[in-house]
Amino acid sequence: MDQFTLNLLIVGATFALYIGIAIWARAGSTAEFYAAGQGVPPVMNGMATGADWMSAASFISMAGLIAFGGYDTSAYLMGWTGGYVLLAMLLAPYLRKFGKFTVPEFIGDRFYSKTARLVAVICLIVASVTYVIGQMTGVGVAFSRFLEVDKATGLYIGAAIVFAYAVLGGMKGITYTQVAQYVVLIIAYTIPAVFISLQLTGNPLPPLGLFSDAKSSGQPLLTTLEQLVTDLGFKSYLTQSDTTLNMFLFTVSLMIGTAGLPHVIVRFFTVPKVADARSSAGWALVFIALLYLTAPAVAAMARLNLINTVYPQGAAAAPISYEARPEWMKNWEVTGLLKFEDKNGDGLINYVGAKDANELTVNNDIMVLANPEIADLPGWVIALVAAGGLAAALSTAAGLLLAISSAISHDLIKGQLNPGISEKGELLAARISMAVAIAVATYLGLNPPGFAAQTVALAFGLAASSIFPALMMGIFSKRINNKGAVAGMLAGLTITVVYIFLHKGWFFVPGTNSFTDADPLLLSIKSTSFGAVGALVNFVVAYFVSNASAEPPKHVQDLVESIRVPKGAGAATGH
Amino acid sequence: MADNSSSNAYWAANIKTIKIFLVIWFVCSFGFGILLRPMLSGIGVGGTDLGFWFAQQGSIIVFLILIFAYAAKMNKLDREHGVEE
Repeated sequence: MDQFTLNLLIVGATFALYIGIAIWARAGSTAEFYAAGQGVPPVMNGMATGADWMSAASFISMAGLIAFGGYDTSAYLMGWTGGYVLLAMLLAPYLRKFGKFTVPEFIGDRFYSKTARLVAVICLIVASVTYVIGQMTGVGVAFSRFLEVDKATGLYIGAAIVFAYAVLGGMKGITYTQVAQYVVLIIAYTIPAVFISLQLTGNPLPPLGLFSDAKSSGQPLLTTLEQLVTDLGFKSYLTQSDTTLNMFLFTVSLMIGTAGLPHVIVRFFTVPKVADARSSAGWALVFIALLYLTAPAVAAMARLNLINTVYPQGAAAAPISYEARPEWMKNWEVTGLLKFEDKNGDGLINYVGAKDANELTVNNDIMVLANPEIADLPGWVIALVAAGGLAAALSTAAGLLLAISSAISHDLIKGQLNPGISEKGELLAARISMAVAIAVATYLGLNPPGFAAQTVALAFGLAASSIFPALMMGIFSKRINNKGAVAGMLAGLTITVVYIFLHKGWFFVPGTNSFTDADPLLLSIKSTSFGAVGALVNFVVAYFVSNASAEPPKHVQDLVESIRVPKGAGAATGH
Repeated sequence: MADNSSSNAYWAANIKTIKIFLVIWFVCSFGFGILLRPMLSGIGVGGTDLGFWFAQQGSIIVFLILIFAYAAKMNKLDREHGVEE
């Protein structure tokens, strides 16, 4: 059986599994599901949160960025896991006690202001749409490879499937479908990693293999890799090239962005008890950590395998000729994501650090998907990775689209513009906003502002600068009032959006930027790291504006008192 | 809700716990992984140094321990102050 048929079979089988579970779970327990996921134990909820959370950025893109960025990209690993500590301690238990379903609802009630709720909706939409662009990039890469078409066609097909998938709606919300998606994606991620770790180091556990000796050289794997990349003139894998300031701010931005992303926060609204909200965050991180502890190993090993493929005799000897290139390179050339240009006309693949002499361009986003092919693993493993990448992208894209559509139909239209809207009208508005969001994201996904994980990092910066500070101040301060919160959110969001657009182009349109991340406007702060600065601006503005105006009314101060203690939490309501 | 004095003591205990845990959280990620890495460069781990290990692996393990420890600690505080569900 050829690889193409195998891909279709395995991807098709996983889709059949999700749909099957959706139908099975629906038939028995619709009522149970709408009663706020009660009876879903924290472990299961954690697994479902893991699927919701780990997107194309985590699955397809992150290890590729680490493979080419080395130590500097550690911010992705720390940032996208450390945020769960903040969620568990600073937000989840109190928002669960508050007991409503959407983030703008909390902000609207706590800051006793329709304007605050509206601003929260805007922040949510800006962050989520940016996030979906990153997902579309990843979906496009996955589909282009496994259907063997070019990148743009892959993106259109992906967009159509995401649309159908998200509009099915309920499917995403059913916890057990997400549990299945988690299982598919984690198996797809770890199996090739175990194979490759065994091949390279003899250790079956990739996180241990990363720090073990490489079989080929008898030296530690990382030493071997470092030697190769520096010999070829690439930037060091182990030492820091980025500035400490930017790396620090980037990690902060990803961490507090994690804690401010609405589609993750809502998962904690639906656990039975406040105590479960805390442990659910822990279980979510357990399942996320399985991937995140594997990712740095995947990254280093993929890079090593890539270099060894091009230089089978070592970095000092000549590389392979273009004619002798392996099958996987030919496959990826079709997508346009891997390119060879024979600059010196010698017919050899000169893969080196110097830009003007390098002849091989490898898109970072293909590394995870190409990894099993590079390591020459069996065909079913390659197909499994494609299925895993799609599970990751689809579950997150659907979750985000639901967050966007519920913000528009529930918080904006029903909550503000037209409270008397019928249920049918609300649903139609939700579907239309979903379609618009996909269309915008697809269009911008054709010329994405960065690799999938970088685009997603921008979304985190936006959430970090707008939603996280408002939520945290709403819980930990009784003094922050409506004016302070609105001014803070607007200031944080605006300054971050402007900074991103100045570097990535206005509305991400290529060529309209005034600065680049290589030479940023402010010190060494890249646009992906600016969310941390935006959050600081948000906190400072909210503090001063609040102190200059009247303190919140008594009933709001009582509300803050009540969300701080677990006792008396009912089931979540308000949808 | 419990009487005010008890819930204030509960909240103060919670804030104290959060502060301690955030210090550990910060030191093990931003500290060992980024800011203090040069100071840890003498300690080797499998072909690199301890700071690299914290940045790519150690911090995640610490985060996991922190969340479960916080959940356990808060369950105990909930009971002590009579504010559990």
